[in-house]
Amino acid sequence: MTEQSYNFAYLDEATKRMIRRALLKGLAIPGYQVPFASREMPMPYGWGTGGVQVTAACLIPEDTLKVIDQGADDTTNAVSIRKFFERTAQVRTTETTTEATVIQTRHRIPEVPLAEGQILVYQVPIPEPLRFLEPRESETRRMHALEEYGLMHVKLYEDIARHGAIATSYAYPVKVEGRYVMDPSPIPKFDNPKLGGNAAIQLFGAGREQRIYALPPYTQVVSLDFEDHPFEPSKAEHACDLCGSEVSYLDEVIVDDQGNRMFVCSDTNYCTTRQGEGHTGRLSQKGEAA
Amino acid sequence: MTLHDVALQQPLFRVESLTKRYGHRIGCADVNFELWPGEVLGIVGESGSGKSTLLGCLAGHLRVEEGRIFYQGRDTLLMPEPERRVLSRTEWAFVHQNPRDGLRMGVSAGGNVGERLMAIGARNYGDIRETATDWLGRVEIASERIDDRPRQFSGGMQQRLQIARNLVTSPRLVFMDEPTGGLDVSVQARLLDLLRGLVRDMGLSVIIVTHDLAVARLLADRLMVMKDGRVIEQGLTDQVLDDPQAAYTQLLVSSVLQV
Repeated sequence: MTEQSYNFAYLDEATKRMIRRALLKGLAIPGYQVPFASREMPMPYGWGTGGVQVTAACLIPEDTLKVIDQGADDTTNAVSIRKFFERTAQVRTTETTTEATVIQTRHRIPEVPLAEGQILVYQVPIPEPLRFLEPRESETRRMHALEEYGLMHVKLYEDIARHGAIATSYAYPVKVEGRYVMDPSPIPKFDNPKLGGNAAIQLFGAGREQRIYALPPYTQVVSLDFEDHPFEPSKAEHACDLCGSEVSYLDEVIVDDQGNRMFVCSDTNYCTTRQGEGHTGRLSQKGEAA
Repeated sequence: MTLHDVALQQPLFRVESLTKRYGHRIGCADVNFELWPGEVLGIVGESGSGKSTLLGCLAGHLRVEEGRIFYQGRDTLLMPEPERRVLSRTEWAFVHQNPRDGLRMGVSAGGNVGERLMAIGARNYGDIRETATDWLGRVEIASERIDDRPRQFSGGMQQRLQIARNLVTSPRLVFMDEPTGGLDVSVQARLLDLLRGLVRDMGLSVIIVTHDLAVARLLADRLMVMKDGRVIEQGLTDQVLDDPQAAYTQLLVSSVLQV
């Protein structure tokens, strides 16, 4: 079978239409989980089947696509999804955040602020923020409908009681426009402040769980917290060892058997751009330390 | 006459010809009663007599086909679901027979007590914890166990924790389904003592279902005896227990072992 036998962006038009309807509904009710008829995709669940379907439904031939996996453009997940759309949609791809019109992401929001006209597509493993507290889907739906979100704070309470601080560091629950509590997918809570008031359209797709939800541009998004334990976006207390940035989210990399480590930007495009501009970090002089 | 007096002249809870069917079988039929502020109503009867069904209907856990239920003059059956839910987590409380049904077993004692507070908008960790500690003290659970899970508690402690969790928002009406079931007698006695104290101090109205006449004697002001889904006798507790009129009530009272 040749690649020409696939429709543009792999999915057939009827499926895309179904997904677009779900997306529009999601945008109309920010934070609400819209059920959709998720399709089998040529990749395993957990690899971004939801995000890929949303991206496929959004793509037009003029788009420029960027795919990131934990901030990086060059890891397996990002490379294979990028290749997938290069082959099935023949769209241009890029690693530069500002050039992209559609960005599919796994677990990060790019460091560079997004602009109007850009679409950020998240891969979501478990869309239900209440799932680990209340296993029954019938009950969680009712809780959303009736705005019964006391349980969400019980989780945060338990965190403080056990660890002395809110230890939830990723998939940190947020409240959208004062109504729906939403799981922002497993992004670090460092990225939470970027969810609110963002100029880009943010779409969330969960393939296995068959849910789509969305944040239109400039939506109010508040991270849940207590008055005396306010929400704090956290990152490693270091500067990037390659580009010297002190404001970006960092990955910790063990570099030898002696336990030496380095910290590098998790957003590879941000890091290389800064290095290109001449910024240096602690390990820049020694060359390829990692 | 002040507004307060008017409120006192109105029953807190009124049930009119309540009927619940399970297909062709009757769950409970044609139940009528009034409950006044500060009053404890006991519902007794043998297993399968419709006690728990009735309680479930009253608390809104089960759908009711016929009859009307008024809480402070408002029909709870016609109330929209969100409003009824707000009622059931602020002014009402439900103590289950099995603490595992009423507690979150994976959440610490403090979190269990704090849940209702957080559900109605408490957002200060320090305050929530302080209230939880206070309530654990009131139900005789040591405050250093606030971060333990209910799993690590004995049956009696779990039941006391469930009571604390329910009473923390100072409800006005408490439904109890066999709160002392499955506990040994000495633990039962302490729990009853505790309940009696709380009911009196907080001025609670209580509807308590039990098959244990001793519990009814200790806690209830008034008693309703049920058989085959119908109320066959009601009146003041002492009156019903000491001078039973209906044949079944006489049998029930005489079945109790005199120690």
